[in-house]
Amino acid sequence: MTREGIIQFISFFLYAIVQVLLLKNLVFFNTGFCFLYVAFILLLPIETNPMLLMFLGFAIGFIVDIFYNSLGLHALSMVLVGYLRNYWLGVITPQGGYDAGNLPNVKSHGLQWFLVYTMPLIFVHHLTLFLVESAGFGLFWYSMLKTIASLSFTMTLIVVLQYLVPQRKRI
Amino acid sequence: MERLFNFVYRYRAFFTLLSLEIFCVWLIIQNNQYQSTKYFNSSNRLVAQMNEASQNVRNYFYLANINSSLAEENSLLRKKLEKSERTVQFFNLKQIKDSAQFTQFDYVSAKVVNNTTKYYKNFITINRGADAGIEAGMAAISEGKVVGKVKSVTNHYAVLISLLNLDEQVSCMIKRSGYFGTVQWDGINSSVVSLKYIPRHVHPVVGDSIVTSAYNAIFPEGIFIGKIKEFNLKDEAPFYDIKVTLGLDFANLAFVDVIKSRLKKERDSVEQITFGESR
Repeated sequence: MTREGIIQFISFFLYAIVQVLLLKNLVFFNTGFCFLYVAFILLLPIETNPMLLMFLGFAIGFIVDIFYNSLGLHALSMVLVGYLRNYWLGVITPQGGYDAGNLPNVKSHGLQWFLVYTMPLIFVHHLTLFLVESAGFGLFWYSMLKTIASLSFTMTLIVVLQYLVPQRKRI
Repeated sequence: MERLFNFVYRYRAFFTLLSLEIFCVWLIIQNNQYQSTKYFNSSNRLVAQMNEASQNVRNYFYLANINSSLAEENSLLRKKLEKSERTVQFFNLKQIKDSAQFTQFDYVSAKVVNNTTKYYKNFITINRGADAGIEAGMAAISEGKVVGKVKSVTNHYAVLISLLNLDEQVSCMIKRSGYFGTVQWDGINSSVVSLKYIPRHVHPVVGDSIVTSAYNAIFPEGIFIGKIKEFNLKDEAPFYDIKVTLGLDFANLAFVDVIKSRLKKERDSVEQITFGESR
């Protein structure tokens, strides 16, 4: 296993443990949840294989599901994010393209690009999650409220962590 | 054939997505079924122990609340005991004829190790399982009020479906008038549930007590659920829209009692004989 592999392996478990032991208890006004573990998939190196992204998404979603008693729910949303991620990266390619081995974080591409990159994917994740959980569109507007509240909570934490934890520009 | 393989290989990411998503949907459907997957939930030992550790930290902050609610329940029980003792003395009922009816229910007290109230489908994990005689399908109450029913059990832990779960329905009645209905959560406010199927000709009153009915085989009759908060009747609607304020604060749940009904098997089997397989 390479050095990069080991780092990602550790961060996989770190995200999962922080999510299920700490962030699970943090809910704002009954609607704002924090699903920080999505950031694990979003912050993997840009050239990561989409198949690997989907399987890793499934794995971390599955672990979270066991603790949330919602088997399959988080896994489903994470697989979707893993699939969409590389397409979205392709759409928002900056002028001159990505450098080899670049990481998609604030340090290498700037805050504005980072927000454009993460926000829609996290929105898709949260919306899928709440719609599938409510099993239909009966609670659509309440789910939308939950999605937006959770989106702002999760985004705030992800961006703050980008500045608090020292980031690398490339692998 | 080669072209087919080429096609699948070219769109392999999409096909992986499809198969993984179908697998996830299958998992979700499996999990929604009553008494389902046993190990991949928080009754799993490792998961439950981790949850227990984090709940132990959390409990410190709620100690005062837990203490006062337990003391309240104690005094209530003592009052009840005294009353029933007096009745026994007064009517001279020392020799109870049918002891099976009197000892029909047995209670197992358990500590909550994991509890959510803010999702659409909430579950509660407790630290007693098959070892203490808990089985799937048993009822759980706290302070004499409805909590939910047991979904899956492992040796030392069990997962309850909370009343705050879109899939959970409890048969109930209006205590004052005796009309039957069904209580189900609507997914939004964790202290309010909806009471459904109360027909037009009934006249509910704000503040009416809602208790479990004898129609369900899981809860004993007369367990308190909540009080009517508001109701309205739309034109041409066959049933009332009734909102019920829950008597129990689910967010501060610390201990539950699981009810073992000794006569449940007998009741089920006699119903089975009468109604056949159709139920």
